[in-house]
Amino acid sequence: MGEMMSKVKVSTTINGDPVEYLCDAEETLLDVLRDHLGLTGAKEGCGTGDCGACSVVVDGRVVCSCLVLGAEAEGRKVTTVEGLATGDRLHPLQQKFLEFAALQCGVCTPGFLVAAKALLDRNPDPTETEIRFGLAGNLCRCTGYDKIVRAVQAAAAEMRKG
Amino acid sequence: MALVKLSGTLRSAAGGLTELEIDAPNIHQLLLKLAEQHPKLKPVLDRGVSVAVDGEIYRDDRFRPLPAGSEVFILPRMAGG
Amino acid sequence: MPLDATIDPATHKFALVGTRPLRPDGIDKVTGRARFGADASAPGMLVGKILRSPHAHARIRAIDTSKAAKLPGVKAIVTRADFKEGDPGLRDVLHNVMARDKALYDGHAVAAVAATSAAVARKALKLIRVDYEILPHVTDVDEAMKPGAPVLHADMITANVEPAPKKASNIASRCEFGHGDPEIGFKQADLVIARSFKTEATHQGYIEPHACLASVGSDGQGELWVCTQGHYMVRNQCASLLGMDVSKLRVTASEIGGGFGGKTTVFIEPVALALSRKAGRPVKLVMSREEVFRASGPTSSASMDVKIGVTKDGRITAGTAEIRFQGGAFAGSPVEFGAMSAFACYDLEHVKTVGYDVVTNRPKQAAYRAPGAPMVAFAVESVLDELAKKIGMDPIELRLKNAAKEGTRSSYGPKYKRIGLIECLEAARRHPHYKAPLGPNQGRGIAAGFWFNFGGQTCVSLNVNVDGTVALAVGTPDIGGSRASMCLIAAEELGIGYEQVRAIVADTSSLGYNDISEGSRVTFSTGLAVIQAARDATAKLCARAAKTWGIAPDAVVWEKGYAKPASPNAGSFAPLSLADIAKTAGSTGGPIAGHCEVNAEGAGVSFAVHMTDAEVDRETGRVEIKRYTVVQDAGKAIHPSYVEGQYQGGAAQGIGWAINEEYVYGRDGRLQNPGFLDYRIPVASDLPMIDTVIVETPNPGHPYGVRGVGETSIVPPLAAVANAVSAAAGVRLSELPMAPPRVLAAIDAAASRRS
Repeated sequence: MGEMMSKVKVSTTINGDPVEYLCDAEETLLDVLRDHLGLTGAKEGCGTGDCGACSVVVDGRVVCSCLVLGAEAEGRKVTTVEGLATGDRLHPLQQKFLEFAALQCGVCTPGFLVAAKALLDRNPDPTETEIRFGLAGNLCRCTGYDKIVRAVQAAAAEMRKG
Repeated sequence: MALVKLSGTLRSAAGGLTELEIDAPNIHQLLLKLAEQHPKLKPVLDRGVSVAVDGEIYRDDRFRPLPAGSEVFILPRMAGG
Repeated sequence: MPLDATIDPATHKFALVGTRPLRPDGIDKVTGRARFGADASAPGMLVGKILRSPHAHARIRAIDTSKAAKLPGVKAIVTRADFKEGDPGLRDVLHNVMARDKALYDGHAVAAVAATSAAVARKALKLIRVDYEILPHVTDVDEAMKPGAPVLHADMITANVEPAPKKASNIASRCEFGHGDPEIGFKQADLVIARSFKTEATHQGYIEPHACLASVGSDGQGELWVCTQGHYMVRNQCASLLGMDVSKLRVTASEIGGGFGGKTTVFIEPVALALSRKAGRPVKLVMSREEVFRASGPTSSASMDVKIGVTKDGRITAGTAEIRFQGGAFAGSPVEFGAMSAFACYDLEHVKTVGYDVVTNRPKQAAYRAPGAPMVAFAVESVLDELAKKIGMDPIELRLKNAAKEGTRSSYGPKYKRIGLIECLEAARRHPHYKAPLGPNQGRGIAAGFWFNFGGQTCVSLNVNVDGTVALAVGTPDIGGSRASMCLIAAEELGIGYEQVRAIVADTSSLGYNDISEGSRVTFSTGLAVIQAARDATAKLCARAAKTWGIAPDAVVWEKGYAKPASPNAGSFAPLSLADIAKTAGSTGGPIAGHCEVNAEGAGVSFAVHMTDAEVDRETGRVEIKRYTVVQDAGKAIHPSYVEGQYQGGAAQGIGWAINEEYVYGRDGRLQNPGFLDYRIPVASDLPMIDTVIVETPNPGHPYGVRGVGETSIVPPLAAVANAVSAAAGVRLSELPMAPPRVLAAIDAAASRRS
């Protein structure tokens, strides 16, 4: 580009850590996470908010990070799939996804885990129907969702036990 | 001697023949002889075929021996998703 | 296979095969660490973008890249002039990767740039001037076959027709299969039904768009990181298209975010390599979702006529089908597999199928899970459903009466070895689902399906490490958990723990050639190669034990993880474990490794029976799937969880194909719905749980009895859902997808016929 583009300086919190970055005004949060911060867990499946593979939590709400500008993360708290486990301890959802074989190719898995965690945070005991509608913004082409739903049910049960 | 049965696809190139006997020790030799006897089949065979011998479909193994009296079908080369 | 059958899979007690351990790539995939196609980067990396034709059919008179080339940040531009005609076998691949004299479909690549940022690359594309002469187009298969239709290729003379046509047309070839004389068979029938069917093109819909990172140096050596089902295929085709030595291009398969057949060819990879070579820097090229829909391969759309005759007591006397597939702008639709598989479930004396491979102004089709079979099964199984109703016979009973079994001559020629269709039908009939009551506006449908499966070239290395663990290198990308199955098989053969084996997908320079992960071949053929490599390793382990004991190598046997004297005559020695032998390998002859290079053959065909309950909203025409059960023969399930996953995933894709998914073209020949919003694949709230029954009828061609399972699962659902919807709506649905407007129109038409 002939003219210099001015960058936006952003201070935010990602997975509990303070982070500062410069991004173009037009760059999405997904671009920033993947291309600037090396957090490639969130995937771009469509770029139009239809597949949920880029799901992250911003201030407690699940969003498609392809529809959020990098600049909009200023002052917020962002959680990505990289922030679910604690050290070497997996989150119960991660553990149940493994035990229930709830992934085949695994490319949608980060988005599902983030969306499922947000679902269980606001509804610790969802019905099957609530899980299905709660995850309807996330596309999986491999599993037919059966094992994903069962994994979320099992994780919810375990998390309720505390 | 193997009995080679031709599907409808191949019959037109073999002058309407539905089957023929070919003496060949393996699939490779059989395909060579088939193309020799029916040159119009050669382009079809060259595009790639699978060969069924007594019910087993061989896609790649051209040196599979042909037992005496075996029944052979020339099929499209298998592919999949 | 030339493998001594040392076990009887039906009675053998496996230690590990059939258990459900966690997959070895699991932690990476639930923590976001797994690296997929677009997750790689390299120092100095440029961003590649492709300019695509907005026209369905246009002559490209000239391409002017001069303005784009002057844009600061643009480092390379490639067009058709940068790709030389070479291997005639790859001509269509090349012409699909980059348009030559004509753009043949909306989305056809015409030029590409590499630039320092995505923004610069996008701007550069806008500066490229393409001078198009717009030509008439055709996108429908039946329209494309008519005389007077716009012809895509002036040199396309229909193959397999004698005498050869004098004029070019869009019909690439004709095929024909079958035996007996259907006319005789139809005369023996008490009831003959003939119906026509149409299905729309659907996309594999993998969630990960095509992505690669290419790096070529001025010495001609290249590296390519890519999401693909077959990195050896990518290497060979790219090397050929770019005039590189195969040995100088090293391709690494990334984790792959779904393929379903759609990643069995090259699209962007040669372009990224050409850009990198020209720019002298690494180039990352990632398709957008819109590009995936417009320019990678969906499956064929189909138009089909099926005619079947039965006697009153349910014996099929004859079946015929004429099927017409459009496969996009180039020859090669899977119409032959459609024609071969149409009646493959049944034992018929008189059967004939004819197929036509037709080109249209759409993206070149790519394989999609059991390519060609699902649409044809939809047509045949719909007619069977109608016949069963008309003669008052249970639909499973009708299929059982005619089911193919061992020794049956298949509709495509060869006689079957041992197969499991009858077992599947009986398991379906026994399933509680089959007897469960239906609610109002609900209907139940069942359908059977068939797929060939195949083996292919396979190469595996198994290295025994000093601590008694094992490193397993395979060359087939893992699309659905195959590394777990390969570890299970290796551990089973070696008699060690599952956790002691680690499987990786090796790059193209580390292992010999492997065919693509397709055709339901990986568990069968890579598994077979792992067995052979493990047996090769155990023979060497036995030889080392023999050396240690000072006895003959053939006096030692391998049993449950230990080398032991074959008999008391051989001497009395304490058994040596794999770890014992591995520890001293350095001084008993050096490293111990097992290898296998094989043309895997004997894959064994497989069958499935699906049943489903659908509810139709008579006000809106909306279809809801209330219950779904898959019954399928796996031969032997190595890791049952991932076998179930294949069954469930195939069913879900088939349900989408049946009720939602379609490529919609406008009058301008442009794709109207290139996004997941308008091309709607099933979401979690669209589906019920999908129940599975794994039938195990051992495949005589595999030492454990394995049959491929990946593809058969998508064959019956189109028909099963259509039969259920037809029962619920009270009218036969003969076109897919059964979207609300179409279902409502069928209900209304039936009502007006009645009144």
